[in-house]
Amino acid sequence: MSKELITLTHISKSFDGQLILDDLNLVIHENEFVTLLGPSGCGKTTTLRIIGGFETPDQGQVIFDGKDITALAPNKRQLNTVFQKYALFTHMDIADNIAFGLRIKNKSDQYIRDKIAYALKLVNLEGYEHRMPDSLSGGQQQRIAIARAIVNEPKVLLLDEPLGALDLKLRQDMQYELIRLKKELGITFIYVTHDQEEALTMSDHIVVMNQGYIQQEGTPEDIYNEPENAFVADFIGDSNIITATMVRDELVRILGVEFPCVDKGFGEEKPVDVVIRPEDVELVPRGEGCIPGEVTHIIFKGVHYEMEVQAGGFEWLVHSTKESPVGSQIDIRVDPFNIQVMNKPASEDEQAIGVEE
Amino acid sequence: MFRDPKKAGTIASPYFVWALIFILVPLAMILWYGFTDDTGAFTAANIASILQPEHAKSLLLALELSILSTVICFLLAYPLGMILAKNKVSSQGIITTIFILPMWMNFLLRTFSWMTLLENHGVINGILEFLHLPGIHVINTPAAIVIGMVYNFLPFMIMPIYNSLSKIDDNVINAARDLGANSVQTFLRVTLPLTVPGIISGVTMVFIPALTTFAISTMLGGSKILLIGNVIEQEFTLTYDWHLGSGLSIVLMVFIVINMVVSALSEKKDEQ
Ligand SMILES: Nc1ncnc2c1ncn2[C@@H]1O[C@H](COP(=O)(O)OP(=O)(O)OP(=O)(O)O)[C@@H](O)[C@H]1O
Ligand SMILES: [Mg+2]
Repeated sequence: MSKELITLTHISKSFDGQLILDDLNLVIHENEFVTLLGPSGCGKTTTLRIIGGFETPDQGQVIFDGKDITALAPNKRQLNTVFQKYALFTHMDIADNIAFGLRIKNKSDQYIRDKIAYALKLVNLEGYEHRMPDSLSGGQQQRIAIARAIVNEPKVLLLDEPLGALDLKLRQDMQYELIRLKKELGITFIYVTHDQEEALTMSDHIVVMNQGYIQQEGTPEDIYNEPENAFVADFIGDSNIITATMVRDELVRILGVEFPCVDKGFGEEKPVDVVIRPEDVELVPRGEGCIPGEVTHIIFKGVHYEMEVQAGGFEWLVHSTKESPVGSQIDIRVDPFNIQVMNKPASEDEQAIGVEE
Repeated sequence: MFRDPKKAGTIASPYFVWALIFILVPLAMILWYGFTDDTGAFTAANIASILQPEHAKSLLLALELSILSTVICFLLAYPLGMILAKNKVSSQGIITTIFILPMWMNFLLRTFSWMTLLENHGVINGILEFLHLPGIHVINTPAAIVIGMVYNFLPFMIMPIYNSLSKIDDNVINAARDLGANSVQTFLRVTLPLTVPGIISGVTMVFIPALTTFAISTMLGGSKILLIGNVIEQEFTLTYDWHLGSGLSIVLMVFIVINMVVSALSEKKDEQ
């Protein structure tokens, strides 16, 4: 793995006596696309602002490239931020906006001209030098905000829900643009979003947060396929989260039926949660599966059908390209490697940060 | 609100009547008096009389004192506006404290109270004497007039500046810092330029009443210091020379119009 670039150690932060971040530890490596993902109010922006220098943690340290920068002013940090609502300078034209950081650093006029041209090309807005920010669309303003940040050649770009204000189509286009930019620039991106799909699409590394705690970190595949707790499973995509009992290694009892699985080390007769993704639930003719059930609901979603199946006293969410009409009497089958077993939250405190039933 | 322009016109018509009677008619009368003599014949003499030494002197002094007051108001209002905007004081609260409360007391009374404060045997000198400090002679000097102007017109500078400051998104300031600007650079390159519209309306709203005042100069300047406003007032109320008074008013109006044109132009430029 590449070199550690930013390390947050034991970061805590309260506002008005309310604990927003609690002993947060996070390592960000060079050249990674890291996404902080979590529901509204979980402290993503606060974490980003601590890295950017706009907020000082009550406790803990921010280490950048081996140096403690916890108390360093934002203008002295080798990183740049793309703010949630662009925050362009409305009294300057696009060229002056982009040149702002370079003028502060007293770069030559020629250098600044070249950089403006380069940045506008990079964000596909050539010829916009003399437009005013207010005359641009949201997506264009967002690109200018990115251009304004990257001309300073930061080691890290911080992006706080940069696509939040854009419509779906534009958002998807911009996601690809950002991935391309990231590759071309070869720098670290720290990205904040509450959109799990966006996180899965763009990131190398996802940090799932809830109520000021990191719930799980890992690659998009890790997070999606092996959620460590019910919160993560629930937050990342649709899923069936069921209370179950681990009979012994590689055998779990779900809704009274024993299923072979691949997880080990939970002990014997231990209560656990299992996660089964809707696309991993197979509907097979009666008698061929494990739990008998009945289809109660079906909607066509374009790529697949989304069905609700009442089986074993649980309402299963099922995605399938095969249609089973409402009322079909079927069996449910799940392959062993598609059953993800998770520990039950051990304490009340952990319960508080877990999924709300 | 009123999509239909005809309907809007009907509803606004009382205002047009009001504007006609109380703005346009007096203006027309001033123009008429200003450009005629006693016999009703056209003359430019009333306008030209501004060149008479005592009139020119009073105009220059009025310009000098009103510009000085405007500058002082700006220097006081800007930091105050920044403090208010930073602490997120609600604009409702500010309007109440700096506009409504003082209005409970008449403008003349408030200015009169400065007389008692500044008098040679007034409150301030009384305190200085008590502290065995040398007294100050302020009343009936231009300084007293400037104090009166600043005191009376400061709110009109604070309000627009506060307004434009509080409209600046925190993240715009953060963005400047993020791009490497220190706090002085951020102020000069971002905060100040973004508040130019507020500064211009503040300057206009202080400069014009300060330039035309005669009440403040009468009360705090004694009878010896005449501003152009006092000269005009005397032409109307003492000498009964309405022609001369109107002529001088027209000259004063030119300065007001220049000020308004400049502010309108810079606002337009700002919008582009
Ligand atoms: N300056 C502040 N003063 C007081 N409370 C604050 C401040 N900044 C953030 N908070 C509180 O801290 C909590 C976390 O805020 P934060 O902005 O980090 O959330 P977030 O994860 O970015 O949420 P969102 O997705 O809605 O942007 C919220 O409850 C918020 O009200
Ligand atoms: Mg946020």
